[in-house]
Amino acid sequence: MVFGGSDPYMSGLPVTTAKILIAGGFGVGKTTLVGSISEIPPLRTEELITEVSRGVDDLTGIQNKTTTTVALDFGRITIDDYLVLYLFGTPGQDRFWFMWNELSDGAIGAVVLVDTRRLDGAFPAVDFFESRGIPFVIGVNCFDGAEYYSVDEVLRALDVSAPAILCDVRDRESCKDVLILLAEHALTMAAAAGGLT
Amino acid sequence: MSDEQSWDEDDDLGPLVRPYAVTRGRTRTGRPELQVITLVMTSRPLEQIPRAGLDDEHVQILRWCQRPLSIVEVSSHLHLPISVVKILVGDLIARDLLISRSAVNPDIKVLQAVINGIRRL
Repeated sequence: MVFGGSDPYMSGLPVTTAKILIAGGFGVGKTTLVGSISEIPPLRTEELITEVSRGVDDLTGIQNKTTTTVALDFGRITIDDYLVLYLFGTPGQDRFWFMWNELSDGAIGAVVLVDTRRLDGAFPAVDFFESRGIPFVIGVNCFDGAEYYSVDEVLRALDVSAPAILCDVRDRESCKDVLILLAEHALTMAAAAGGLT
Repeated sequence: MSDEQSWDEDDDLGPLVRPYAVTRGRTRTGRPELQVITLVMTSRPLEQIPRAGLDDEHVQILRWCQRPLSIVEVSSHLHLPISVVKILVGDLIARDLLISRSAVNPDIKVLQAVINGIRRL
């Protein structure tokens, strides 16, 4: 196990964590990607999101609060003795995770998975990460029998400028390539921002 | 719950219908530093922790956290929402029964470690 070394009771925890988000439309293979590369079978949990809304004709100023449950699938990769990487995907067609700021705050970045048969499923995720300046790459999942498009064609159709790669989310090596592309992209952005720490 | 109850007993209550019942109505933690991927672990061996004053969910968390575990993993294992687990973990940190470690800022050094680590898989 990775958490070896010095006595944590004496020295505090020597291990820390980082996270990557796996986003995209319904049925595009987010949880499959997590399962292909995670060292544990993907786990599922949920969070309660409180949406605060104010009625347009509400003169009293009383806010309406609606609590929504958003499901989350995740996996884990031990990077080395000091770092554990978590991968988060939202199963199903879940629009509510966009309200969950904590999930994307501090993330290395995101993989936006694209199904070329249903490109529109990727738009909300692309918009979200673009607007927040979060590093992201496009993973074009090649489904069996799906009509083939080049990476350039997909990027033009999405009207997005980001690193992109063809992938098969069932294949571990292919998933590694996608995550490395993202980490390298995040590294380039961090270096460009002068973050030479 | 009696203080004599053994740590070995499995008193898993299963999923709860009203999540904030287990926090006695509290809906937010006083510890904003607790995040989804914050790691937590017991501050000392389980046998040295008195069970007096701990709820069943606190006890379950302590059992799971004899090794470092993230908030989101605790949440999944206990079938409780993440925000509920944060409140309960906050209780245990306040009693010095859990220690925590925040997520790292993904700087260049971390990103290089991630790239190398994934290549080695």
